[in-house]
Order: sequence, then structure tokens, then C-alpha cells
Amino acid sequence: MRKAKDWLPGFLLVLPSIILIGVFVYWLIFRNVSTSLDRTVTRASKRVTNPGGLENYTKLLGSDDYQHALFNLLVLTVVFVAGTMVFGLLWAVLLEKGVNAEGIFRSVYLLPMAISFIAAGIVWRWLLSPGKGDQAVGLNQLLAMVGLERFQSGWWQSPSAFSMAAMALPAIWQLSGYVMALFLAGFRGISEDQREAARIDGASEWQVYRHVLFPQLSPIALSALIIVGHMSMKMFDLIYAIAGQNSYKASVPATMMWTQMFQQNNPTAAAANATILLVLVAIVVVPYLMYTNKTEKETRG
Amino acid sequence: MTATTNEVVPAGAAMGGEPIPSRVSTGKAPGTEGTAVGRTVRYALLVLFLVLILLPLYVLIVTSLKRSADVTASQAWSLPTSLSFDGWKSAWDSLSPPLFRSLILATSVAVLSAMLGSVNGFVFSKWRFPGATTVFTLFLFGMFIPYQAVMIPLQGMLLAVQSTPGFSWFDGIVKLIAVHLIFGIPICSLIFRNYYATALPTEILEAAKVDGAGLLRTFRSVVLPISMPAFVVTMIWQFTSAWNDFLFALFLTNRNNGPVTYALNELAGGQNPDYPSIMAGVLLASLPTLLVYIVLGRYFIGGLMSGSVK
Repeated sequence: MRKAKDWLPGFLLVLPSIILIGVFVYWLIFRNVSTSLDRTVTRASKRVTNPGGLENYTKLLGSDDYQHALFNLLVLTVVFVAGTMVFGLLWAVLLEKGVNAEGIFRSVYLLPMAISFIAAGIVWRWLLSPGKGDQAVGLNQLLAMVGLERFQSGWWQSPSAFSMAAMALPAIWQLSGYVMALFLAGFRGISEDQREAARIDGASEWQVYRHVLFPQLSPIALSALIIVGHMSMKMFDLIYAIAGQNSYKASVPATMMWTQMFQQNNPTAAAANATILLVLVAIVVVPYLMYTNKTEKETRG
Repeated sequence: MTATTNEVVPAGAAMGGEPIPSRVSTGKAPGTEGTAVGRTVRYALLVLFLVLILLPLYVLIVTSLKRSADVTASQAWSLPTSLSFDGWKSAWDSLSPPLFRSLILATSVAVLSAMLGSVNGFVFSKWRFPGATTVFTLFLFGMFIPYQAVMIPLQGMLLAVQSTPGFSWFDGIVKLIAVHLIFGIPICSLIFRNYYATALPTEILEAAKVDGAGLLRTFRSVVLPISMPAFVVTMIWQFTSAWNDFLFALFLTNRNNGPVTYALNELAGGQNPDYPSIMAGVLLASLPTLLVYIVLGRYFIGGLMSGSVK
């Protein structure tokens, strides 16, 4: 152990940040959990709105509204993650060998990331208008203009139980460029010699990708998966901007929490909802943080 | 992300030089590899995606320049027949006060966060204390949490501060500056830590120690002078996140003291939408971050690569 004289100044310098994170992250999480366990009774009719304790959670988890929101979230996340991974990887493969004006393609593919979800959502609300035929605007009208009228859709407002998949479109538009940037940097980090060696061994171009390049990108794919996946779970702004404040059709736990808080004036239920959301995100993120921590220690030696 | 991508992309390189390196020269001009058919398909696909990504921007620009009466369903995708700046004027009228507030918010957050981040990053990379790794991991978790999980008690706590006598100024933008500064600590510390880990040779620090320099003097005379790239990346990152944030704004501010995202949502949420004005508003509210991206794109990407996304 080093002497305290050596490390103490550093610790003192970081101490304010440690206190702030301790209070605003961990203490507030604790406060939120304790709010979520409250028992509440309406003042006038003495009706029990929240039974208190863990029953608050079983009540929420058992409610149709919450299960609907959870199902929406699952659909959104699957399509969103799959979409960004497919487009991100495709664009990276298209660009990685170097093309003319690579910088322009790259910059445009990443451009949507610079725009806020709320601003993007306002445009996409119009693009995803459900009208068809003569009523068509936005994407539906564009589809008609290029002769693809049969692909017109009600988008997120269509009657299908899986309509939330359409909400992933704007999200994919915003974040595929980010996944592309991660993959592209990964491709560029692999030395040319490895491809050359595989080619000399008689590997086809596809086999070079399949057996030499892709396996080395799997840590990056994992990062991208975790980052996009946890963003999907937290997604609020975009859905709020596209579907409006209290859309049941497009409800996910994060937007439902807003409704519980401000429309139903039930902070206890909102807190329980937020706690479950935190647990869901933690299930994805904590193993990942531990994994990066471990690999980092190994590389440090 | 953190160490995983660092195996492939050194964080220092992500900030000092090109965040995405160019292809190692293979002796051929770019874009000449593969067969002619393969090349054509590749370029066709690249251009197709380029057009698809720019479609929403096209709608924004075109609609913002039309007269309200001209924005009929059948004309929505066509170019305006006559240019009108009415939409821009009315958007500016309703958005200029919140735009100004957002500018103060994002600039203050960028500067303060970077200062705090550089100190933290230095300690976590080169002046470590026992348990530093654990503390840092606990910081990182704070970067990933859904802010919904702290929002209800946060709202109450900040309101309690505000209603303390003498603290009525703790409202609106000031509140948001504090919140973004605090919840930005993890990502800013991470960017600087990764930067110093590669850009700051331990030998220099040892030499400073031999010369009898303490922590603060070492930081001031050795560390700060080489910190510029990480400062730029962090400031852009925090500027963009504070500017684009909506969740905190929605819970902690109101239409009279909120940032531009709040006002934009109100502008777009009316009963009789005035599309030219709404689309001009979206552009106005996005211009600062788009400008930062276009002018300082390489640092913007550097932030993406070294950190993660909120």
C-alpha cells in the first residue's frame, strides 16, 4: 500500500464529485425506491391507490397497461437494435475499403446524431402520418410517388400489436451512423497483413470477412449492442414527440411513468415503474461494466 | 465504449488525430478496389442511403420556406413555388428567448463540466487512490441509469433548495446547469481519463515528482498544457447533450424559463399546426449543434468513440 501522503491529495480533489454522484445518483435511487413502497390512500374516499410495500410492484407488473408498455418496449428494442446493427455494419463494410468522398458519406450518415430526439421526433411525426390513398402525407405519400403504394402503412398507429416496430424507424435513422463509426474504426484497426495472409491462403473476399475481420469486431459489436439496447429502454423524447404526451398505443415504461406522474398524480406508481426500468437497464449494463473492468485490468497487466 | 473499444482504437488517437483512421494505403487509389460491377453497386448503395438519410432534412428545409397556405398534403414533397420566410420569422419570434437560454445553459455546462472532468480524469488515470477503480465503476454506472429512476426525488429536492429563503434564483436554466454538470461527471471523467491514460507519459509525471512538484502544480504545469484535445471533445459532448436534452427540461422547468427543446415541443404541439413555422423552429433549434458537428465533426466523433451515448 502506498503512503497516504501520495494519494490523499488526489482523493481530496475528486471528493466533491464522489459526494455529488453519491447523493444525486445513489441516494436519489434509494429515495425513489422508498417512495415506490409507500402506501397511499385518497383523501376524500379513503380508497387505497397503492397498497404499499412489494404489493405496489406486483400490482404494477400485473396491470394490463404495464404489460402492454413492456411488450411495446420489447418490440421497439428488438427492431431498433437489429436495425442499427444491420445498417451500421453494412455502411461500415461499404466504406471500410476506402471510397472517393468517404468523408462526405461518413459525415452525412452520422449527421442525425447531432439533432435532438425532440427535433427529429417532430419531423418524424409528420413523416409517419397514417393517412393512405388520397389522404397520404409524409412517407406514405413518398411511397406512392415512387410506385410503392402497397407498402403504405399506418406506421405506429396501425392496428397491429407490433405497430411499435415503426417507432424504431426514426431511432434507427438517428443511431445507425454511430454504430457505423464504431465498426469503421474497428475495421481500420485491423492490419492489412492479416487480410493479405488470408488471401494468399486462398480465402475468398467473403471468407476474409467471415473468418478474419468479423471475429475481431465482436467486442465492438457487444459495445454497440449494449449502448443501443440500453438507449432503447430509456427512450422517452422521441416517443413523446411523435406520439404525444399520453399515447396508449405507443406507450413504453418510460412514457408511462410520465403519465403516472402527471396525469394520474401517482408518484408512488411512477417511482415503482422507474425502479423496474432501472433494474432492467442494470441487468444489461452491470455485467458489461464488470466485463470491461476485467479486460482493462488484464490489459494493464 | 471504455476498454473494449480501446483495444482497437486508442482513446488518445480518437482525440488527437482522426477519430476514424483512413484505410492503410494499399498502393491503389481509393475506390478502385474490386471489380467494376462491385464498385458500381457499392457507390449506388452509398448514394441511396445518403439520399434516404437526408430526406427528413429536405422536408424540413422545403416546408420551412413555404407559405402556410401552400403546405397542402398533395404538395408536401415538392419544392416551394415562391419563397417565404414567414415561417422562420414566426419561429424566431417564439423561440428566440428559449434559444438564448439554451445557449447560456449549454455553454456554461460545457465549460464547467470540462474543468471538473479534467481534474477527475487526471486523478483516476495517474494519481490513483486506493479503491479508485471501484469508485470509477460506480461513476460509470451513473452514466447508464435511466434518469427516470432519480427524477421524482430529484424534482422534490431541487424544489426544496429553491424554496429555501435566498435561493429563489435556483430555477429554470440555473437548475438545469447544476443537473447537467452533476450527471455529466461520469462521461467527462471517462473522456479525460482515457485521454490521459495514453497521452500523458508516466515518466513526465515521475520527473515532476522528482522536481518536488505536488499534485496541483503538476496538474497546472504538466497536465493542463496538453489537455486541449480532450477539452474540445468534452465541451462539444456536453454542449450537445445539454442543448438536446428534453427529459430534465420537461420535469424541472416550465415554458417561461425552459430551454429551446421545451419551447419547440410546445410550438409543435398546438391544435392548428403551422407547418412552415414548426419546421423552421426545428431547424433553428438544431442549428447550433449541427454547426458544431459540421465545423468540429472530428472532435464530435472523437467524443462518440471514447465515451458512449446518454
